[in-house]
Amino acid sequence: MSAAALDLVVNGESRRIPGPATLAALLDHLGLDPRTVVVEHNRAIVRRPNLGLTPLASGDTIELVHFVGGG
Amino acid sequence: MQGDTPFSIAGRTFRSRLMVGTGKYRTNAEMTSAIEASGAEIVTVAVRRVDLDRGNTESVLHHLDPARYFLLANTAGCYTADDAVRYARLAREAGFNAFVKLEVIGDQESLLPDTDGLIRATRTLAAEGFTVLAYTNDDLITALRLEQAGAAAVMPLASPIGSGLGLLNPYSIRTIKRRLAVPVIVDAGVGTASDACLTMEQGVDGILMNTALAEAEDSVGMARAMGLAVEAGRIAFLSGRMPRREVAMPSSPTRGLLS
Repeated sequence: MSAAALDLVVNGESRRIPGPATLAALLDHLGLDPRTVVVEHNRAIVRRPNLGLTPLASGDTIELVHFVGGG
Repeated sequence: MQGDTPFSIAGRTFRSRLMVGTGKYRTNAEMTSAIEASGAEIVTVAVRRVDLDRGNTESVLHHLDPARYFLLANTAGCYTADDAVRYARLAREAGFNAFVKLEVIGDQESLLPDTDGLIRATRTLAAEGFTVLAYTNDDLITALRLEQAGAAAVMPLASPIGSGLGLLNPYSIRTIKRRLAVPVIVDAGVGTASDACLTMEQGVDGILMNTALAEAEDSVGMARAMGLAVEAGRIAFLSGRMPRREVAMPSSPTRGLLS
């Protein structure tokens, strides 16, 4: 375990990623295209242009959502 | 028949009075074909977590051209006003529009709305510039309160979500339509084409349905039938039905009969 590893909760699950990292780096780590998801970081929405400017810290909670079929 | 007025919500005009959901279809291909056959322009979608473990993080937008359909995000699955507001904000951030089909559910079994939470969430979202289409029950007072709270359209149910029981209270729906200035769109409960036609004959502005198409044996066939039924019901409403009579009236002349 790297000293800089970040322990996050992403979509309700614990995830450890190498740190330091931004939200953009997290999406990249997860193989997600930022254009296809909406990101909530500690209950605040982060707009696409700010994903690379938002650093992550251990304990952060991230929600990654998109549209699915529904009525 | 008098000419129809365009179907518009918050100043935006839509080409069909039928709105359809995208849930519960057996395949994405069937969904796409059914939506096309329905003639609907407004199509609802839900906001959910990306499934990170499945490797397949496909959104419904892979199967629906956002240039062709108007995406209406819902807050289905929300049981508090705060949750619904949170989902609505996330949906708006996807960048398509500021419309939201607001649901605040009060009970898991009936999926009937929590009308208090619904009115509060409507007020919050309307103040934030959302165009709120509020899913509600068929209660006039709640409908009036939603309009006061800033709803751009009020969506009373025909019968509970996914029940297919059809229009249970035509009188309530007519009353809501008569009393509200904003569009009234019946949402939920329609099961087959005659339900849709009867609902439109009450004079409402439109219908939203999902399960009736997705669970029909032939979704595409049912979608076409629903499109026709919505149109037929609308024209019948505008044309003014004959009075109901308790006695028969002959259609052929009573004079000139042979002696």
